[in-house]
Amino acid sequence: MGPLLEIRDLHVEYKTHDGTVYAVNGVDLSLGRGETLGLVGETGAGKTTTALSILRLLPDRIGQIRSGKILLDGADITAMSEPQMREIRGNRVSMIFQDPMTSLNPILPVGRQIEEALLLHTQLSKEDRAKRVDEMLTAVGLQASRKDEYPHQFSGGMKQRIVIAIALACNPELLLADEPTTALDVTIQAQVLQMMNELKKQFDTSMLLITHDLGVVAQTCDKVAIMYGGHIVESGTVQDIYEAREHHPYTTGLFRSIPEMNRDSDRLAPIPGLMPDPMLRQEGCSFHDRCPHCMERCRREKPDSRAVSPTHSIACFRHERKDR
Amino acid sequence: MKKTAGNAPKRRGQFASICYRFSRNRMAMLGLAVFLAVVFFAATAPMFADYEADAVKQNVYAKFFSPGQERHILGTDMYGRDLFARIIFGARLSLLISLSTVGASLVLGCLIGSLCAYYGGWLDTVTMRIVDIFLALPMTLMAVTVVAALGTSTTNLIISLTISMVPPFVRIVRSAVLQVKGSDYIEAAVAYGSRDMRIILTHVLPNAIGPIIVQATLNLASVLLSVAALGFIGLGVPSPQPEWGTMLAESKAQMRYYPWQVIIPGAAIAVTVLSINLIGDGLRDALDPKLKNG
Repeated sequence: MGPLLEIRDLHVEYKTHDGTVYAVNGVDLSLGRGETLGLVGETGAGKTTTALSILRLLPDRIGQIRSGKILLDGADITAMSEPQMREIRGNRVSMIFQDPMTSLNPILPVGRQIEEALLLHTQLSKEDRAKRVDEMLTAVGLQASRKDEYPHQFSGGMKQRIVIAIALACNPELLLADEPTTALDVTIQAQVLQMMNELKKQFDTSMLLITHDLGVVAQTCDKVAIMYGGHIVESGTVQDIYEAREHHPYTTGLFRSIPEMNRDSDRLAPIPGLMPDPMLRQEGCSFHDRCPHCMERCRREKPDSRAVSPTHSIACFRHERKDR
Repeated sequence: MKKTAGNAPKRRGQFASICYRFSRNRMAMLGLAVFLAVVFFAATAPMFADYEADAVKQNVYAKFFSPGQERHILGTDMYGRDLFARIIFGARLSLLISLSTVGASLVLGCLIGSLCAYYGGWLDTVTMRIVDIFLALPMTLMAVTVVAALGTSTTNLIISLTISMVPPFVRIVRSAVLQVKGSDYIEAAVAYGSRDMRIILTHVLPNAIGPIIVQATLNLASVLLSVAALGFIGLGVPSPQPEWGTMLAESKAQMRYYPWQVIIPGAAIAVTVLSINLIGDGLRDALDPKLKNG
């Protein structure tokens, strides 16, 4: 059986008044059943765009998938009709948005909002739906008796639990979590992450976790893809990314910019410079002007992703020789 | 709605808290009381007077009675018809016309406005330019034109007022929907697979309803006024049906000698319109998100 989700050479553009934004430039990803893939990168790297492409939720008339394939269980999502997409959304693939404060409808009781996904995608009777709503609320650690309350009566962490309950109500095969804990404070973050991990196992769901928090990735993911400027610059298992010796210079920079508890340092070590302007199509490696190891070749050619081990691949010329 | 379990503190639902804020507004409550009184008399008019005998049939022996004279609480008009009976039956007609006009334009306005705002693009652009053209004409003038074309009757009056009432509603609904449309929960609804129509009806419109309700209430007052205005210039409800504007027009010739003939229907119009406006203002304050926790 092939992977559940496979993205091949995805290019996504936003056509704006000021010009075309090249948000995703040739992303390859693959995610097996039951696996969690962490998609890591800084703001504007194209992480959310990639996730929105999977559900085909790019903004109307502005965002479009230029080329590439997104295969869900072998079927190409980019070629599907809108009714087919509706069948997938919320049913086979659901999404958890970044901000739980605003992603619930303020005037519907939370139980109704969980029920809505069931109403759309299942043939359950009213009683069965009500039972499922209770189950889901209990599963995310809330009292089932609170299903008639409105979103404003819950705290932020509770709201995110409700959002997760909605996302998991139809037992999706794939869960796209777009920075699910960014809007929550640190103690709640840990709780929600742990809960998501448990539910993921319980419901046997694959998860694409978008984050810029490497600590979160280490806690929850099986595989990691580091994204920069619309490219995947490095991908591998958690061990590959956290323990292997060879890395893309961007990954090295990311890790170096995390403050460490056991080392005495006054300042963080940020990566100098900014991400390249996504409006300009760049020659060469997207990271070349911030890279400490930049070579002449990096300015002219785009490095392909090369496997440095069976699970670990890096898109950098410095690691090319090990390919053979 | 089911009450929450004992350990959770008792909280007011959104609707209940809006009602609470409204009830704290004295002027709005006064408006509501007056309006309910008007509705009460309109609804129970047959209990106070007989339509044929008191409000329509002419009686030459009883013309120009002063208020209070011979059991006519508000007196009689130049044809000897009881003014109180005509006022309360007139309230029926005025409320019927204005409520059906506002109802029809609310439905049409919500439909057109939300479709425009939700889908945008050329549909939106074309509709909005048409709306602009309609808005360039004053509402009463617009209604006069339509009534003149269709002929005077109660139904035509409702149709003409609805035509002139829909464009402003489309505008209001559109702007309210545009605000809601960008919300994350709409995107979330798309993400869990809702159909467009379902999103508009269960997620977008209920969240945008506040300003729409306020506008509907205020429009009720202006429609009532338009009905009277059209009646006054002879394009409203045809005689001898009692209608406030028509009554004003009929009695204006006697204004110098029998002023109550004009004052009474005039006061009926003014008080009703004022009460509706007060309700509208109260609703606007009660629904204002900035005052939510006040």
